[in-house]
Amino acid sequence: MSAIRLSPTAAILRHGVLVLTSAFILVPFVWMVSLSLKSPGEIFRATFSVLPAQFYGVENYAKAITSVPLPRYMGNGLLVCALILAAQILVCAPAAYALAKLKFWGRDFIFAMVLVGLFLPHQVLSLPLFILCYKLDILNTYLALVIPYVVSPFGIFLFRQFFKKIPNDIVHAARLDGLCELAIVWKIMVPMALPAVIAFSIFSVVAHWNDLFWPLIAVRDGNLMPAPLGIMAFKNEEAGNDYGPLMAASTLVVAPLLIAFLAAQKWFVEGMTGGSVK
Amino acid sequence: MSGITIRNIRKSFGATRVLHDVSLSIADGEFLTLLGPSGCGKSTLLRILAGLEVQDTGSIEIGGRVVDGVRPKRRDVAMVFQSYALYPHMSVAANIALPLRMRRLSRAQRLPLIGRWLPGSGPVISGIEMEVFRTAEALGIAHLLNRKPGQLSGGQRQRVAVGRAMVRHPAVFLMDEPLSNLDAKLRVQMRAEIKDLHRRLGVTFVYVTHDQAEAMTMSDRVVVMRDGEILQVAPPQEIYADPNDIRVAEFLGSPKINMVDATMREPGLVDLAGSALSVACEIAPGSKFTVGIRPEAFQFAEHSGPGVITGSVRMVEHMGSDLFVYFDPSSLEQPLIARLSAERAPHIVAGQTLHVSVRSDQLLVFNRDGRRVRARDVSSAHSSTPAREWA
Repeated sequence: MSAIRLSPTAAILRHGVLVLTSAFILVPFVWMVSLSLKSPGEIFRATFSVLPAQFYGVENYAKAITSVPLPRYMGNGLLVCALILAAQILVCAPAAYALAKLKFWGRDFIFAMVLVGLFLPHQVLSLPLFILCYKLDILNTYLALVIPYVVSPFGIFLFRQFFKKIPNDIVHAARLDGLCELAIVWKIMVPMALPAVIAFSIFSVVAHWNDLFWPLIAVRDGNLMPAPLGIMAFKNEEAGNDYGPLMAASTLVVAPLLIAFLAAQKWFVEGMTGGSVK
Repeated sequence: MSGITIRNIRKSFGATRVLHDVSLSIADGEFLTLLGPSGCGKSTLLRILAGLEVQDTGSIEIGGRVVDGVRPKRRDVAMVFQSYALYPHMSVAANIALPLRMRRLSRAQRLPLIGRWLPGSGPVISGIEMEVFRTAEALGIAHLLNRKPGQLSGGQRQRVAVGRAMVRHPAVFLMDEPLSNLDAKLRVQMRAEIKDLHRRLGVTFVYVTHDQAEAMTMSDRVVVMRDGEILQVAPPQEIYADPNDIRVAEFLGSPKINMVDATMREPGLVDLAGSALSVACEIAPGSKFTVGIRPEAFQFAEHSGPGVITGSVRMVEHMGSDLFVYFDPSSLEQPLIARLSAERAPHIVAGQTLHVSVRSDQLLVFNRDGRRVRARDVSSAHSSTPAREWA
């Protein structure tokens, strides 16, 4: 990447736009964190300040963790996200490889079906999925939270596009070197498509960590609830004016994603550029 | 023993016919080059040999065993690709070791981390490491084993690709334009190294290229292909001096061979570029045909005479030991190119009149279909031994 020198006016203008948009996006989060540190009285004060006049964070966070099993919810979320991601990669990578590199009858039709799957919003499928889970008798289990997401059309599409860019000669060389087709997927294609895998992982984890809709349908046992559903339960129980602990809980739920992002960012960029060997 | 027999191979991609009924037999330990312009089907033929493409009809035998339907890894062939096709996420050592790991270690032993500690895998893995190191040393890349392919130069990547192919001692080496991504100087060097590798390993090499210099310098035999057909199979000097087909004659040689339309005046005497030349061919008087004259077949002549072509010089290129002289005989529309020795034809300048003679046995006669018409008297013609059968 070459550094392009901007004229001072252009630089100021550009940074101004960037600062404004990021501020716009960050305001709710700042507000959330700010509220989570304030006492109930201060939250409803007419004037607003970012920093609390009286630091009330310890009480709010303690209440968030103790009054509902928030750690349990987050553990559930972690487990479900990990299971979903592992299953998705396990299914999507071989499927994408077949669609990108193998020739078989009906391939284009199947890929068209994947695209159709990509256009369908998940909510449309919720009723059939609910009935399916009921028939399989897995409602109110971890399995019900994982199964509907195992096949990800987006994952198949993304991997397929990436695999298609890998030269056929590499696949040929691997076949001559004695790798079977599945070994080609796991030893050659997936490592070479690491940026795509990381990008997909981020999408998948964010989507399922934050998912409220399907867990709300599939799970009623409080012990199985992932974090957003837990927060909702929290709100129902603690209904009323107790926004401080609620915001504290929200902050705790968002924090892992933020930390993971910041930690992975450098690696992510490295994966994007370092892997590009011709 | 690992000769190759190719019988009646046909291959189409959709409506495009890429190979029309190709048959060829390659001796054990031979260095055979498939030479032709891009799109002539040479790479497809190589891929069919490797098992990476499946022929529509026909059969392939490697080492006396019919390999149709046999997976690439079971054919005992190794291939070097034009793009090298190295695995970018693996170190050089891992790239070279992969074919051995896939063959010698069980599925469980190949597992990352734990595989190394499974019973029996230790000695095998150190054996593989030894062989990888020895191969790398033989190719002069032992110091690069821990690098990734992305950190290597083109020539080094080329060597890694060769190393990955030779580490498992295949019976047949297939090379698909392995030098075409290298710069000219390195190409000449690698040419010699690959030839040397062939001499040391003594196994069969099938080498695909569009570069006639590579084909001429490295091969035992050259197969000239065009539009999915084999035009001629012969040793390099024979393919140059005694082409079967006008397309073979035109593809080989630089500068390009002169092709002149001519008419037979009387048996053994041909009208060509304004003079009468004697040819040793059985062609009916009055019939038209094409005569090919290699630029070096012309000889500088002091003055006009029988069998001497005369023209005015259009351009002279000094190449050091030789001169390339472009001259226009009065009766021809296109110029002829003569390659004259700089010593014997010293002071030629544009615009002057040039006389050149040409020996009758160096005229290559082709009929209207582009097929070669050979000399009547084989013994007197110095370079017209009949082309070998393709068998």
